[in-house]
Amino acid sequence: MVTDPEAPPANPVTRLGAASLDAVASLGSYAVFTARGLWHMVSLPWQWSKVVRQVYFVGVKSVLVIALIGLFTGMVLGLQGYYTLVKFGAEGLLGAAVSLSVIRELGPVLTAIMVAGRAGSSMAAELGIMRISEQIDALDAMDVDPVRYLAGPRFAAALVSFPLLTAMFDVIAMIGGHLTGVTLLGVGPGVYWGRIHDSVVLEDVTGGFVKALVFALLVASVSCWQGFYAHRRPGGFGARGVGLATTSAVVASCVAILAGDYVLTSFLM
Amino acid sequence: MRNRGVEFAVGLFVLAGLLCTAWLAVRLGKMEAVGGEGYPVQARFLDVTGLKAGSAVEMAGVRVGRVESIGLSPEKRAVVTMRIDKGVTLTDDAIVSVRSSGLIGDKFLKITPGGGDPVKPGALLTETESSVDIQELMGKYVFGGVKEEKK
Repeated sequence: MVTDPEAPPANPVTRLGAASLDAVASLGSYAVFTARGLWHMVSLPWQWSKVVRQVYFVGVKSVLVIALIGLFTGMVLGLQGYYTLVKFGAEGLLGAAVSLSVIRELGPVLTAIMVAGRAGSSMAAELGIMRISEQIDALDAMDVDPVRYLAGPRFAAALVSFPLLTAMFDVIAMIGGHLTGVTLLGVGPGVYWGRIHDSVVLEDVTGGFVKALVFALLVASVSCWQGFYAHRRPGGFGARGVGLATTSAVVASCVAILAGDYVLTSFLM
Repeated sequence: MRNRGVEFAVGLFVLAGLLCTAWLAVRLGKMEAVGGEGYPVQARFLDVTGLKAGSAVEMAGVRVGRVESIGLSPEKRAVVTMRIDKGVTLTDDAIVSVRSSGLIGDKFLKITPGGGDPVKPGALLTETESSVDIQELMGKYVFGGVKEEKK
């Protein structure tokens, strides 16, 4: 919001109007940026080597943290599920409880939140620094479309990496559930895996992957957009703007993931 | 500039992710190629409360297929389409019953084999036992409906 220093102080109604206009302008800029990023993801010529490098950064480097989070999520679900189900004499349902909660809900959501924290923040910081050090303006000056060059490969990498990481999370979490449920608490391994096999249907798996794809788009677009326009932040510019953009990227991504999850779940149910 | 190490790691990551995806979709999600394995058989019931698409079909406690879809016939009966595994032959007088595994367990279909002629794919089995509505049963017991029906 640009204010004229000589203008009279704004009354609350004016301030509300200015804030609303700012919000609409931001939303519009985000929508245009996301649409351009998506278009340049599939526009020719393809940027294979850049996408591979981004998949390495977003996907490969996240495997360890996803594996750890998946393992402990599965283990804690096994523990909680066992002590809840044993009250009803239904500890045989542990496999179904762990697998359905992981595949439908926790796998996509926790993977997306972890990757937003690890890779989303770094995307925002990287693009933000490129913006304040005028590298993005240099690209513009060289007639290279910065959205195509910088956002396209990141969008593609997120759309490739998120479903794969979610699949890994799901499998590792079910193994985690096996570790506590079967190895520690004595549920039969045949009952555990048989229940998983009986209760999971294809709709659960595809629903999980639909969520992973939507979250990938949300995290990549929100993070890149925050970094790309770090210089326009009302709260500060320069290094402070980059810091704020990085924080906002993570917070906005997490809020978008959870709000999107609610909407998607209500559609997929 | 190409970095072989990065490309190898990404290849490995994609391979591992695809393996996990395939395991989830094919092994757990029971994803089937066009048409699927086995052959379809239909059965008509008065009531299939609690039965879902994907529920098990068992014979002598052995899983021999699954429920593919449940629909309503023009005469307002539930028609269940089952997909029976290849190599399992059903006869036209087989009895199909809706059973429940335990008090709060999932509903499944139990097939009691008969001695008639083998059925062709898509055949309709009419010897069926519907699911027991426990609340209706309790209502009859409380209000004396059970005795009246016995007369």
